[in-house]
Amino acid sequence: MGEMRRAVARRSRFYGANPAHPLVQLGCFALAAYSVSHLAENPNLSRMILWFAVAVIGHDLVMFPGYALADRILTASSGALSRSRFRLPVSPVNYVRLPVLGSGLLFALFFPGIIEQGSVWYRAATGQTQEPFSGRWLFVTAVMFAAAAVAYVLRLGHVLARRSMRTRETSRGRGTGGVAAPDDE
Amino acid sequence: MCLAARLRQRIALEAVDPDRIPLGPRSARDLRAERTSEPAEPHDPAANRSYGFPVGLWRALARYRPPGTGHPRAWRSPLRGPWLTSVFGLILLVTLPVVTLTGLVSYIAYAPQFGQAIPADVGWLRLPRFTWPTSPSWLYALNQCTHVILGLVLVPVVLAKLWSVMPKLFDWPPARSPAQLLERLSLLLLVGGVLFEIATGVLNIQYDYVFGFSFYTAHYFGAWVFIAGFLAHVAVKLPRMVTALRSRSLRRELRTPRSRTLPEPLDADGLVAAHPAEPTLSRRGALGLVGSGSLLVAVMTAGQGTGGGARKFAYLLPRGRSYGDGPNGFQINRTAEAALIDTRDTGSSWRLSLAGGLGRITLDRTGLLAMPQHTATLPISCVEGWQTTQTWTGVRLRDLAALAGVPDPTSAHVRSLEAVGAFDRATLQGNQVLAPDSLLALRVNGADLSLDHGFPARVIVPALPGVHNTKWVRSIEFSDG
Repeated sequence: MGEMRRAVARRSRFYGANPAHPLVQLGCFALAAYSVSHLAENPNLSRMILWFAVAVIGHDLVMFPGYALADRILTASSGALSRSRFRLPVSPVNYVRLPVLGSGLLFALFFPGIIEQGSVWYRAATGQTQEPFSGRWLFVTAVMFAAAAVAYVLRLGHVLARRSMRTRETSRGRGTGGVAAPDDE
Repeated sequence: MCLAARLRQRIALEAVDPDRIPLGPRSARDLRAERTSEPAEPHDPAANRSYGFPVGLWRALARYRPPGTGHPRAWRSPLRGPWLTSVFGLILLVTLPVVTLTGLVSYIAYAPQFGQAIPADVGWLRLPRFTWPTSPSWLYALNQCTHVILGLVLVPVVLAKLWSVMPKLFDWPPARSPAQLLERLSLLLLVGGVLFEIATGVLNIQYDYVFGFSFYTAHYFGAWVFIAGFLAHVAVKLPRMVTALRSRSLRRELRTPRSRTLPEPLDADGLVAAHPAEPTLSRRGALGLVGSGSLLVAVMTAGQGTGGGARKFAYLLPRGRSYGDGPNGFQINRTAEAALIDTRDTGSSWRLSLAGGLGRITLDRTGLLAMPQHTATLPISCVEGWQTTQTWTGVRLRDLAALAGVPDPTSAHVRSLEAVGAFDRATLQGNQVLAPDSLLALRVNGADLSLDHGFPARVIVPALPGVHNTKWVRSIEFSDG
């Protein structure tokens, strides 16, 4: 019994996981291969595979590094700002992130209408043109940025009001050794 | 740096379960005491980092690290960790099967028994066959709107889930054992599958066929590649997801503000940043961000499924547009112009040809209007996840079947005047011909059909996929065997 368990453990170390793992993986490849085998005669198979690859590369090696870099720049410049003399009492980072992400998400999902791609098919299917979509997207984007700006100003006012109140209180109650806590968000 | 921040950083570095550390200055001894009382890690970090067969290959690979990979310091988000990944994973575990199943159900709704579901030959890759029902009439609309709208709403969750596991993609060496190598390949099928399905679906609902292959075929077989990757991933990761979800209390996370947000303890998979930055967002903030993205998409797509006043909120989608207030002012799925309908064929010379047991019968529009008329309020619902419900008037299909001498048909083959297109014909099941609300519609909302809506006559059958409600009908052939 102990001998057998040791053998299983040795094989697991050799393979890197328990014995059910390779069965699951091979089942996965078999199902995927069976699915794609139906396309063997399809003249567009290579095109489909290309799109599959582009979907992965487009997300993992273009979109992700792109938005990660943009966010790194945003947080770094906000950090630099907070260390300078123009220190803002409320970090603007999330008030920029939110409308940018919202607008970007809408663009990513609805770009064919916005950039008027596939207009011939669009017209055939609907009898209309894609003309309104770019303006509509810009309008929604503007609304989101405006809402974020209003929210930021309100938040800023709230924090400044609270801070001045606290300053008054500490100057009144001087001598108790109270230290103002950093602003919580 | 203030004391609290320094402490936060230190806790992060020492990978102490942050839930157990209330804020406030604590002595180093307190921290140490708490660390020793920590339960042992469920997964030994070192175990996952050791090499399987062939050790030499993985070691050698590890030495040739391409730029951009294997930089533990490059990952700075203090929010990444098994718990957050598992929350996104749990949401997708529940919802993606709904999207997948509704897609497969739609295939059945196209009646594959007549060879008219696309792709025609799918082998075993389909749900068990059943006769698609005609009741409730909104069944296909519900199925498709669920498929498309839920699919779109999940896009932010899928992106968040991918974001949360990104450090693993850029890990080096890419595998340390045969098991990891196989798993990475199956992950490629999973991630590629879900992104491929999203991309083709998003383009298709906007009539952008830039991909240049058959949408139905690619989306169908792509779905099975995704299903394969999904099942394998769930089988391998489910226990880890459960463990990770138990590691933190959701309720407590939802009460934790940014200032008290600390990284998760270092994990075996390397999701948690070894050198995290200060949080700019709490975990509840991150969940809220993803949730707002989904909510935004829901608000801006649901209208194409509900119709009515909410339709205009589908502000960026083709099916959020208005066609005016007239009786024919509703969504057109294919214009007469695109179908190359010649108005000489739809005028007074138009005849409907019926075939069945008694040979061929032809009827003109006046003849059809002289037959008993029936009115039904039915949706047109399309594979693209939109619907529009209108009140149709015309002759019952079962009356036409009886006229043709086939009172109990098993199928009916409908042909259109359309000169081009894949949907110039459709075969209806027996139950679809016999349903009391199935019509050869001549009028809609009290007016004659417009040319774009199928004048002189079109089929409208409850719960039938939109494209099978043939417009500009030329002939119907009923069979009973």
